[in-house]
Amino acid sequence: MSSEWPLWEVFIRGQHGLNHRHVGSLHAPDAELAIKHARDVYTRRNEGVSIWVVKSADISASSPSEKGPLFEPSNDKVYRHPTFYDIPDEVGHM
Amino acid sequence: MPSLPDIMTPDAEGLAAKAAHGGAHAPAPDADQDAFFEFLLRMGDNALILGHRNSEWCGHGPVLEEDIAMSNMALDLIGQTALWLGLAGEVEGKGRSADDLAYLRDAWDFRNVLLVERPNGDFGATLMRQFLFDAFHFHQLQALTKSADARVAEIAGKALKEVSYHLERSAEQVIALGDGTEESHARMQAALDDQWGYALEMFAGDATDAKMADAGIAPDLADLRGPWDATVQAVLAEATLAIPENSYVHKGGKQGTHTEHLGYILAEMQFLQRAYPGAEW
Amino acid sequence: MYAQLVKSEGKSKAELTPEDHAFQARIDAGEKIEPKEWMPEGYRKTLIRQIGQHAHSEIVGQLPEGNWITRAPTLERKQILLAKVQDEAGHGLYLYCAAETLGVSRDELLEKLHSGDMKYSSIFNYPTLTWADMGAVGWLVDGAAIMNQVPLQRTSYGPYSRAMIRICKEESFHQRQGYAIMMKMANGTPEQKQMAQDALNRLWYPSLMMFGPSDKDSVHSVQSMAWKIKMNTNDELRQKFVDQTVPQAEYLGLTVPDPNLKWNEEKGGYDFSEPDWDEFFNVIKGNGPCNKERLGARVKAWDDGAWYREAMVAHAKKKAARRTVAAE
Repeated sequence: MSSEWPLWEVFIRGQHGLNHRHVGSLHAPDAELAIKHARDVYTRRNEGVSIWVVKSADISASSPSEKGPLFEPSNDKVYRHPTFYDIPDEVGHM
Repeated sequence: MPSLPDIMTPDAEGLAAKAAHGGAHAPAPDADQDAFFEFLLRMGDNALILGHRNSEWCGHGPVLEEDIAMSNMALDLIGQTALWLGLAGEVEGKGRSADDLAYLRDAWDFRNVLLVERPNGDFGATLMRQFLFDAFHFHQLQALTKSADARVAEIAGKALKEVSYHLERSAEQVIALGDGTEESHARMQAALDDQWGYALEMFAGDATDAKMADAGIAPDLADLRGPWDATVQAVLAEATLAIPENSYVHKGGKQGTHTEHLGYILAEMQFLQRAYPGAEW
Repeated sequence: MYAQLVKSEGKSKAELTPEDHAFQARIDAGEKIEPKEWMPEGYRKTLIRQIGQHAHSEIVGQLPEGNWITRAPTLERKQILLAKVQDEAGHGLYLYCAAETLGVSRDELLEKLHSGDMKYSSIFNYPTLTWADMGAVGWLVDGAAIMNQVPLQRTSYGPYSRAMIRICKEESFHQRQGYAIMMKMANGTPEQKQMAQDALNRLWYPSLMMFGPSDKDSVHSVQSMAWKIKMNTNDELRQKFVDQTVPQAEYLGLTVPDPNLKWNEEKGGYDFSEPDWDEFFNVIKGNGPCNKERLGARVKAWDDGAWYREAMVAHAKKKAARRTVAAE
């Protein structure tokens, strides 16, 4: 019996008007609840943000060719690109 | 981003400071201060005890996303408690802080409705209780934003933003669970039957409520019943749940006569303050 | 650490294919490996094990502190503790999602936790007996976790690295709030000070155990470090933790419960006693003071919630079907 909730990718636009960006994933039974969960999990109490969710299964990502990723990996950009994230300076301190 | 500064109200300190120096917004001069204090305890204690019950789910929720959402509601409610009880202490004028009121009163001095102190039951019962309370809380706070007392209006305005979301969430889940499976429907109907008579206490007015309404501080409870009925009926209909015919009202909480459950909540909640009087934490 | 004794599934040198070599070259060049890209099966399996164990530790780790939410001594402490334990649920969520990019579902991982096939950190099988434990857990346990998690932000697997970055941002508040509790207690009444010392006494060695036994000669560790899914040896991290924590204990006026603790000028670090590794292996095997309660609580939450999860899905399906009908 599979009652596992589907996986959703979450994209959030912050208050500064930048593009929506991928912040992570979560599980939810449907899109409405995915948005609510996204708010609870990834924004907590930031009013005025805009949230997009899309079923992970519905994402089309550029798919690495057989050899490409091994030898020219930096040309490949799937949606989980690491530069979406800033590493804060204070990381490493207590 | 789930870190503390986002969770705590950004301007909580400002609100508290304003509440503490209420001179600029004096309450309606003819308001009965004892009744006002009682009213503020009711606001604070409902939030405190329901927040406490919700916090019991932390780490035990049915799925991670809901565990997190339930804790958010608990955090909102405990944050509101600090504001209401802070103002209550100021109105009382005996130097008691919100913490003094939360941690050093015995059960008979608590003024929450019985609904919020009852054990959580299963997750569906918790959500049903939340919904019945949210629907009241939402309309109550909406009215309180027009309170004659500016401090009350300000706290209500802040709480209303949070509670609008609580209501949206609890209503959606009550609908989903009423509609979901045979089992979930049966559980939700049982929860509704069980809680209905306790929910109605929210509308059982007394002299304190009348005084607050007369002073323009709080709405007449009778005026809240219509909007509450409309919200509750619409949601329960969509959830395919039947409103119980038994309209017996369990009351007493607002006047300090509680169920046995509150004593256990307080024994747990107040343990450290009672065992080590005067210590700072 | 949150992931202890993770077995690594490497190959011997002779078995390595050209793909394996090219993969290793990418890692050596500091590139991130992303979900859809080719990776050795051993890398994938080891990561699932490690990230899964880490995620399990976060959600089981909610319990010892959750234990005190309803007894927190002030409204503010209650909020802070609740926010912190909630964060741990969030961290578990991020990590499960990272693991899911490797082709395993969260439910599968949870089933393995519940059946005992996957472990969580030994530390969470110790009880939290007084309010000072809320301080000591934040200060020591989160402090130890951070030692491991900060370098893991640079791990080779992209989703894991990003989860760690997000987690580290949040985790620094955790340790600070723990230390703040310890400061209050250490400067409080005689009973509070006694509670603080007692918490340090009980949690010191279990915290040292979090890093796992010495692995400087372990094959698993060598492979995991080559793959950059383990960044330091257990001993390195333990030493760093002790060096950082001892002055913090001194500041509190508390005594680290180790008669052999001594500054070693030559190595520029403290000499200290090893924890009791027999105890560690017993806790891992299930004989810790709280193993049954902790796992039992997780299994109960999951089983009790089954009807809820099913109903939510059933409703979502009905709703979607009604929409389709309405659209036709």
